[in-house]
Amino acid sequence: MRSAATPATRAPSALQPAAEERAASVDTPPVIVIHPATPLSAARLALARDLRLAFRKRGQLVQPLAFFALVTLLFPLAVSPEMARLRDIAPGVLWVAALLASLLALEFLFRDDAHDGTLEQYAISGQSLISLVFAKIVAHWLLTGVPLALMAPLAGLSLGVPVAALPGVILSVAVGTIALSLIGSIGAALTLGVKRSGALLALLTLPLSLPVLIFGARATQLAITAGPLLAPLELLAALAVLGATLAPIAAAAALRISLE
Amino acid sequence: MTWTWFHRLASPPYVYALAARLTPWFAWPAGLLIAAGLWGGLVLAPPDYQQGDGFRIIYVHAPSAWMSLMVYTTMALAAAVGLIWRIKVAHAVAASCAPVGASFTFAALVTGALWGEPMWGTYWEWDPRLTSELILLFLYLGYMGLRSALEDATRADRASALLAVVGVVNVPIIHYSVTWWNSLHQAPSVMRLSKPAMPASMLVPLMMMLLGFTLFFAAVLLVRLRGEVLTRERSASWVREALSA
Repeated sequence: MRSAATPATRAPSALQPAAEERAASVDTPPVIVIHPATPLSAARLALARDLRLAFRKRGQLVQPLAFFALVTLLFPLAVSPEMARLRDIAPGVLWVAALLASLLALEFLFRDDAHDGTLEQYAISGQSLISLVFAKIVAHWLLTGVPLALMAPLAGLSLGVPVAALPGVILSVAVGTIALSLIGSIGAALTLGVKRSGALLALLTLPLSLPVLIFGARATQLAITAGPLLAPLELLAALAVLGATLAPIAAAAALRISLE
Repeated sequence: MTWTWFHRLASPPYVYALAARLTPWFAWPAGLLIAAGLWGGLVLAPPDYQQGDGFRIIYVHAPSAWMSLMVYTTMALAAAVGLIWRIKVAHAVAASCAPVGASFTFAALVTGALWGEPMWGTYWEWDPRLTSELILLFLYLGYMGLRSALEDATRADRASALLAVVGVVNVPIIHYSVTWWNSLHQAPSVMRLSKPAMPASMLVPLMMMLLGFTLFFAAVLLVRLRGEVLTRERSASWVREALSA
């Protein structure tokens, strides 16, 4: 891929400056050739950058997780400490908590990069903004979705979910949060720069996230009752695939509007 | 076939004058059709053999529910036109649609609840159609919320237009997932409005109300569009001339 793209992108620039360069290179050190990045390598660089930045600011990573645990804690206190009743509502509690936690984390998706101008550099870099946004969404899922999925069994155990059901719980949260990160990126991009955007972001994102909630809670419920959970999991995966196809395009367009 | 008529539609003064000229052509038929439909539906049509007189709320409920979806589609179409061809008037149309559509959605929900109380014995039932309608209301509220949160007018136009387009892609997905969710959670004990062929005495007033509501929407849209265009163009010289004339 790179070998095909490199000569093509370097060819036009080699026409004119080449002669001057050759003349100048007699007494100057050799020019450093920067290989133009392909969309894939640019996305990989953006992904690595986001992950590295996130691990330097670990406090931000822990916040959605603590929020998730706290919301789950509220239900035994508010409803009843009886395990049988908690097990009945466990799918709903886990999914509402996961949805709210991922909503909370959305504010971090573009905010810091908008503040320090990174997003503007992305937009004028000549690279496909769609692939860069896709990389940011992947990073966001790795940093919030995956930890939430790993945390879900703990929360599930505290709500009386049987151990045998935990793999299904992890899987459904992991797949569902992919779709949530993708859908949420559109709302996060649209509300960029709006002061106190939290409530607005929720109003924009939650109605669009309802299918994920429905299929995710259904998959978790079937996992608890040891039912066939493949069908809702496949529907969750379908939502994730559809989101991966369309959401980065919409989010990139929304970012361009917000940066105008 | 020239495109001048289309290009002229992008000019605010032209649209302002055109909307003023067209409004009565929609408003009068709308008023007449709604009056006739109400008379036919509330007085002339026979009571339903199962629901008695309670079914008559359908003459407001069904057209409102129909309009709530139609207005959203209109809004998304106008938004897409504005987004693609950067036509400001199209954005003004989309902005004028939203409060009207939200009102129709709200009316459909309220009339549905009022009908549900005598028929289902409860004001609210998590019926897939009612639930989808409620979600649609939130989609409208989100659109209006985003529009009012963005201070820059151009950005508000383009961002809310994108949201409307994203919403219209999602509406079918939301609707089918809600239907699927409902059929899993409860047995189909909820009465379905199975449609035995309606007698003409019931159906004709309903059709008149549907058409009347559609024309009513068009008339309201034109009036709101004029206000929207005036607000947007308030510093233009043609506005001063139009208002002082």
